[in-house]
Amino acid sequence: MKRVTLALTVALAAGLSAPAADAQTLKTVKDRGMLSCGVSQGLPGFSSPDDKGNWTGIDVDVCRAIAAAIFNDTTKVKYVPLSAKDRFTALQSGEIDVLSRNTTWTISRDTSLGANFTGVTYYDGQGFMVKKSLKVNSALELNSASVCVQTGTTTELNLADYFKANNMKYEVIAFGTIDEAIKAYESGRCDAFTDDSSGLYASRLKLANPADHIVLPEIISKEPLGPMVRHGDDQWFDLVKWTLFAMITAEEMGITQKNVDEMTKSDKPEVKRVLGTDGNLGEQLGVTKDWVVRIVKSVGNYGEVFDRNVGAGSPLGISRGINNLWNKGGIQYAPPIR
Amino acid sequence: MSTEARKPPPQIALKLKRALGGRSGWNGVAVQLAFAAILAWIAYEIVANASANLETQHIAAGFGFLTNNAGFDVSQSLISYSGSDTYLRVFVVGLLNTLLVSVIGIVFATVIGFVVALCRLSPNWLLSRVGGIYVETIRNLPLLFQILFWYLAVLAALPNPRQSISLSVPDIAALIRAMAQLPAWPPNVGIAFISNRGLVIPRPVGEAGLEPFLAVLGLGIVASLALRLYARRALFQRGQMIHIWPYVLTFLVGLPLITIAIFGLPFTFELPQLKGFNFVGGTRVIPEFVALTVALSTYTAAFIAEIVRAGILSVHKGQMEAGSSLGLSRGATLRLIVVPQAMRVIVPPLTNQYLNLTKNSSLAVAIGYPDLVSVWAGTALSQTGQAIEIIATTMGVYLLISLVTSAIMSVYGWRLNRSLGA
Repeated sequence: MKRVTLALTVALAAGLSAPAADAQTLKTVKDRGMLSCGVSQGLPGFSSPDDKGNWTGIDVDVCRAIAAAIFNDTTKVKYVPLSAKDRFTALQSGEIDVLSRNTTWTISRDTSLGANFTGVTYYDGQGFMVKKSLKVNSALELNSASVCVQTGTTTELNLADYFKANNMKYEVIAFGTIDEAIKAYESGRCDAFTDDSSGLYASRLKLANPADHIVLPEIISKEPLGPMVRHGDDQWFDLVKWTLFAMITAEEMGITQKNVDEMTKSDKPEVKRVLGTDGNLGEQLGVTKDWVVRIVKSVGNYGEVFDRNVGAGSPLGISRGINNLWNKGGIQYAPPIR
Repeated sequence: MSTEARKPPPQIALKLKRALGGRSGWNGVAVQLAFAAILAWIAYEIVANASANLETQHIAAGFGFLTNNAGFDVSQSLISYSGSDTYLRVFVVGLLNTLLVSVIGIVFATVIGFVVALCRLSPNWLLSRVGGIYVETIRNLPLLFQILFWYLAVLAALPNPRQSISLSVPDIAALIRAMAQLPAWPPNVGIAFISNRGLVIPRPVGEAGLEPFLAVLGLGIVASLALRLYARRALFQRGQMIHIWPYVLTFLVGLPLITIAIFGLPFTFELPQLKGFNFVGGTRVIPEFVALTVALSTYTAAFIAEIVRAGILSVHKGQMEAGSSLGLSRGATLRLIVVPQAMRVIVPPLTNQYLNLTKNSSLAVAIGYPDLVSVWAGTALSQTGQAIEIIATTMGVYLLISLVTSAIMSVYGWRLNRSLGA
């Protein structure tokens, strides 16, 4: 017993003194045979489990696309549901390889958390939801209201800014999870519920009578949501970043889940470069030449992912808006793959 | 005198040897020192490694963030607080909210616990059954479930502010009207309102007569206490019974009233009024606080009741019989003879329950009550991302609160033992 204790102590001490800032996430993921991906605890359209425990959503599809690029198998993802306040600690401590959890890109998060955003999967903005029976038509009529919010979010900060800027009083009730906040709003504890507007539409679906609630027209903030990785591993940063760009590029070039096999026979130089029939761009990224083929075949291009999860093909029915491609009136834009 | 002669000469080395080595002598000392050195080395490695890793990953470290603006608001605060205050102030706000719910919870839990224990011990069949059912039901349901029950099932069922239950008893309304010196009484204005936003009550606002009033009241309390001490001494030493209540009444009621007559009202009341979505003015007790306090105190009370029951049963029943044979009533026997002896058994496990209640108050985050864990280890942590600093301070604070509670209870237990001559 004593010897075991001693051995453990030595092992612990040795383990701690080794340089722990492991900069080889890709190798770790490959060795493990599994991508560990931090997602939300259930936000329809972004990341939520169905009754069989299968995760779906735009954020989930980013994880699946990364798994497709590495393993050619979208099931090799372990989803770790995280509350807003636990998400960064989970990433910092190495519990997850990538955080894909409707997280807003801000300068302080880039600089002080030891992590970087890799891009924007969804351009969002914060809004308010109220009961129709309150007969409120604008967020500016919310003076003296009680507002439910999820704690540890940029939402909480924007809320304080907005009411201060408009010289209005309010009471904030901050909950640990979005479900608790929604439940309190539904019970009448709060007059309004605030979140990213995509989140409002998603949460409204969970209410007993979605038609009794309206989302107010004001968008009070910029909320670019995207995946996040740890500092200090540029190879991994590049892979996650370009996985999203690959999906956007695929949409731009008209490569879809259905026609991707046909497209590999294309002799357009740029399509050949993207699909890896020419050059070795994928290998430089640490994966195979046909990485984009793998991603699009198993997950789809950005437009398909958007449509399936939050767009016209989903219960949320959100229009593309600014999330459309740059050449179709939106601001989704990927640097060239060459 | 003789003990002094037998004592070995005070040598620090010998004392050290005995304290550290025990029976193994100097070998034992060496092993202990080596073990302490290894512990210190491990601690150093943990700190050094963590700070090196934080640096390589460019994660902000240190306590510089304390002076930054927090930027978020908090629903309940005992000190003035707004989003433009610092993180340090957020910490204090959270700490005070935790202390508030803990102290009030402890008081209620103790009172309910004692009452339930006495019910269980009562010869009345109905009372003892009710006490038994209370204990068995409450202590066997998870605390988080009870908190959610009070919050989501009981308090959320209250009407919204526009249809709130108004507590405007006409007579009291008239009295308050006179005190508030309202020129015209607005129609349909209540004094207190209960709704799903909590309980709103009038808020006392200090007036010109406040300072003399408080001074007279303070002097009155001091004088009453001194008088009580004197009366007790007279009773125990000379067997002389002095009725002090007429004097106490004069000190605590008569003189303050005269002061009010001379200097004017000490305070008036600011009445709550429904404006927009919520009540403006008055003081509000938020439902999160009520749910948490009720759940914590009823839950802990079930355990305290069993502790008190065990303590009272541990006193030999001959004591009770002796009390009756002296002609003391059942209540007086309990109060003067049984409970003081039972307290010796009760205090140590009671301390545990107080500590449990304080620590359990961190479940507040589930219902949005802004306690230390919710606003500090929750919101502030994820806004700054400085997990190590924030978790360390939170742990330190809970440790400190617990140590202070146990110290107070130890002093109480020590005084109790001394007064019982044990």
